[in-house]
Amino acid sequence: MNISLILNIALNLIRARMKQSAIAAIGVTFGIAMFIALVSFMNGLNNLLDGLMLNRTPHVRMYNEIKPSAQQPITLSDNYTKSNNFISSIKPKDRGKEIYNSKSIIAVLKKDPRIVDVAPKVTAPVFFNSGTIEITGVVNGIDVPAEEHLFSVSSYIIDGNVFDLASVPNTIIIGKGLSEKMLVKIGDVIQITTLRGGLVSLKIVGISQIGIAEVDNTMSYTSLETAQMILGESAGYITDIQVKLTNVALAPAAAKEYRSRFSIDAIDAQTANSQFETGSKVRSIISYAVGITLLIVAGFGIYNILNMMIYEKMDSIAILKATGFSGSDVKWIFISLSLIIGITGGLFGLLVGFILTKIIGVIPFETASLPTIKTYPVDYKLAYYLIGISFAVFTTTIAGLLPARKASRIDPVEIIRGK
Amino acid sequence: MTLRNVLETKKINKYFFDPVKFQVLSDITFSVKQGEFVSVVGKSGCGKSTLLYILSTMDTDFEGELFINGEPLTNNSDKDLARIRNEYIGFVFQFHYLLNEYNVLKNVMIPGIKLAKYSYEEIEHRAMEHLRTLDMHSQALKSPNQLSGGQKQRVAIARALINDPLIVMGDEPTGNLDKKNSDMVFDIFNAIVQEKKQTMLIVTHDADFAQRTHRIIEMADGKIISETNTLHRRSAPTDITT
Ligand SMILES: Nc1ncnc2c1ncn2[C@@H]1O[C@H](COP(=O)(O)OP(=O)(O)OP(=O)(O)O)[C@@H](O)[C@H]1O
Ligand SMILES: [Mg+2]
Repeated sequence: MNISLILNIALNLIRARMKQSAIAAIGVTFGIAMFIALVSFMNGLNNLLDGLMLNRTPHVRMYNEIKPSAQQPITLSDNYTKSNNFISSIKPKDRGKEIYNSKSIIAVLKKDPRIVDVAPKVTAPVFFNSGTIEITGVVNGIDVPAEEHLFSVSSYIIDGNVFDLASVPNTIIIGKGLSEKMLVKIGDVIQITTLRGGLVSLKIVGISQIGIAEVDNTMSYTSLETAQMILGESAGYITDIQVKLTNVALAPAAAKEYRSRFSIDAIDAQTANSQFETGSKVRSIISYAVGITLLIVAGFGIYNILNMMIYEKMDSIAILKATGFSGSDVKWIFISLSLIIGITGGLFGLLVGFILTKIIGVIPFETASLPTIKTYPVDYKLAYYLIGISFAVFTTTIAGLLPARKASRIDPVEIIRGK
Repeated sequence: MTLRNVLETKKINKYFFDPVKFQVLSDITFSVKQGEFVSVVGKSGCGKSTLLYILSTMDTDFEGELFINGEPLTNNSDKDLARIRNEYIGFVFQFHYLLNEYNVLKNVMIPGIKLAKYSYEEIEHRAMEHLRTLDMHSQALKSPNQLSGGQKQRVAIARALINDPLIVMGDEPTGNLDKKNSDMVFDIFNAIVQEKKQTMLIVTHDADFAQRTHRIIEMADGKIISETNTLHRRSAPTDITT
């Protein structure tokens, strides 16, 4: 097979039908451009939202949950193994929320090669006192450097410095909603009551804003030591161990492993954020579906123009066959014709798609809940472009195949006799 | 020197089934030697074109045997047949069938590029030479649709000759030409036969044209009814001796 001759004939057929070929190619361009723009934008959004949740939640969180005893006395009896048991006389035992042995667990975790870092945390429900009213809230005692490393807390401290928590004792950072409710600002001192009735005064060194009103209205941060002091607990008191893995996909397996290894509750990010996962998936599916639909439409365009060309070029096909082109040569002429249209259209589509994403990327997108985001998020990834061009090649090959087979079966005798 | 058979048929039969079964060709047996100039004549509808399509390997739906250059052509693949047409057979039809996407020169060159026996430059040169013998070299860069009918037919002849085929088949190649152009085509064919020992098998309605060939095969109702050797009427060309 003489490839350059076949390509040359295909190109000349296109040139003779420039307008229709261009229209068919524009169809592909449009499909690919929309696909690139959609996928990049949707995935930008996904990453943003994932980031919103995933970067702020640990891949695995270990804690102690108050729960009923798994083994009720009656289930221990052999007599009733086949019976339905509804007697649960043993009530949950309050072991407190403290994680026992937290030090050695952390030491073991830090050696695990899958783990990026470990951040211990103390959470405790408290009341913030403002005048005569009490506002319910939560104190998060954090290990500032570790927390910063894992979740970059500083990115949502809108006022003040998170490291002051560690360096200055008896300090607190409160959520923006809280500060507005209590009319307090940096430098002010607020009073906190614990559930057990203890009263502590803390100095505000910062205001945080995560962007979720519910959180900003209740959340506050202190250092681990301050939190332990507020609760009147000893220095080893930890309620949560947060872990970040090298790959979030490992989280479910890791959580399962830790659960049995440390006999502790452990939840992975996927389970904790399952509703976000679903959203991300739906967005991806939509963008692929739209892209594929547009490409199928473009494929029909190519199919049409090829059929038209073959109909018009019956004589040419007949003479090519009469002078020594085989059926498969003719087939390849039309497949390459289709591919030339598809690849040209596809490459332009990538370019237009890239420009579109650039335009989307500069459109202002400001929202109070996302202080660090100024424009619409776009995810630039080579993979989308590779997928796009493969789509184009695939659909145009398929679209070209049927007409090309038809052309290859044209009987030159019929055409020549017909004259 | 005995000349070999370039083309040979044995008992070729062909039927059409649409609308009713009907035998177009019956027991066609003949052979053509290298360097012969043969014409096929007969009434309209007697099966000349049908025979030519079979001989040219484009129609494989027949009974009987066909040999080209001594090779039997049975059960050859589409690719093999295409290759045989490309290398050994040149066609001239009543209608020219030039590709309007290409200029005259490129039209002549395409079967040569397909065969790829010579380099592109060599093929171009040879195409130009063929156009020159047909007095078409000044039109080489024109598009086919800028040519007159006779000029197109001459380009089609140049295209048929580009691969130096063993045999040139023509289906009324002069049917659309005036006397002057028709004579010119005859002279070109004759010269090729004389000089290059190529073979001609030409279907024609032009009695004058037929009379000047070496042998006339006459057909009627799908049968060969007579073969007339006309060489004895003229002084035989010096190189056609047996
Ligand atoms: N596809 C076909 N189906 C049925 N009959 C056909 C078909 N093609 C040709 N015929 C018939 O076969 C016979 C031979 O046709 P052919 O074209 O070979 O004649 P011809 O000798 O070339 O005539 P002309 O000199 O007019 O060109 C005719 O009677 C024609 O009607
Ligand atoms: Mg005919």
